Amino acid sequence: MGNMFNVFGIAGSALTAQSVRLNTVSSNLANADSVTSANGQPYRAKQVVFEVRPISEGGEANGVRVTQIVESAAPLRTTYDPTNPAANKEGYVQMPNVNVVEEMVNMISASRSYQTNAEMMNTAKQLMLKTLSIGQ
Amino acid sequence: MPNPLDKLLDLPQAALGVRATRQQTLAANIANADTPHYKARDVDFRGALEAAMGGRLGGPVELARTSARHIEAKGDASMDASMKYRTETQSSLDGNTVDMDVERAAFAENTVQYEALLTFINGRLRTMQNAIQGQ
Repeated sequence: MGNMFNVFGIAGSALTAQSVRLNTVSSNLANADSVTSANGQPYRAKQVVFEVRPISEGGEANGVRVTQIVESAAPLRTTYDPTNPAANKEGYVQMPNVNVVEEMVNMISASRSYQTNAEMMNTAKQLMLKTLSIGQ
Repeated sequence: MPNPLDKLLDLPQAALGVRATRQQTLAANIANADTPHYKARDVDFRGALEAAMGGRLGGPVELARTSARHIEAKGDASMDASMKYRTETQSSLDGNTVDMDVERAAFAENTVQYEALLTFINGRLRTMQNAIQGQ
């Protein structure tokens, strides 16, 4: 049978997942021009992978979780900049494979989803409070 | 002898339970709007309410048997008979069938229906109270 409390679990898991997504987006945008990262290579865009996460035992309440964060397989951007210390002999620099436009779209999508889930939680809270005041 | 008070509240109580289940299912759909291969589901309200009123608790999906010699086949508990998959309006490349507009509308509708049921229950309780006080 349904339990309204599960809505909090579901929406909460979605909030967590979306904020992880938002984190990777901001990391990608911040490092859009990072020629060297911790491993000495140009920064590679990171993407989250979402997966269904069962909340209740019956399997009717399904939240969401981030299973892994993968690095984008897109080719690195190459720009001509002989003055850059990281430039090779021909004067080309390997830049991160972050697609800024894509990341912005990703950011809007994540923030909208976050908003929706927060709203959903609020609605569930109001319903619970009204249920509590039955007969008063 | 069944308590008339219980009888008065049986239907709205069962309906409230079904509405809560539906709210939960819709919440799951909205939460998984970005999950690849997630299939949106919804509660068949009439079926679920009939099951709740009949004392049956949804129950897993079963294969109908037309002969006694057929092998009995029961689905696992997660396959509730009153849970149906949604027909998708626009297919997406990642196999996700959540249509945010449909889900949001259904969520809002379900919220109002739930509140209406609460109002009904409150009204019935008030009726009983008036009867008890004899005013």
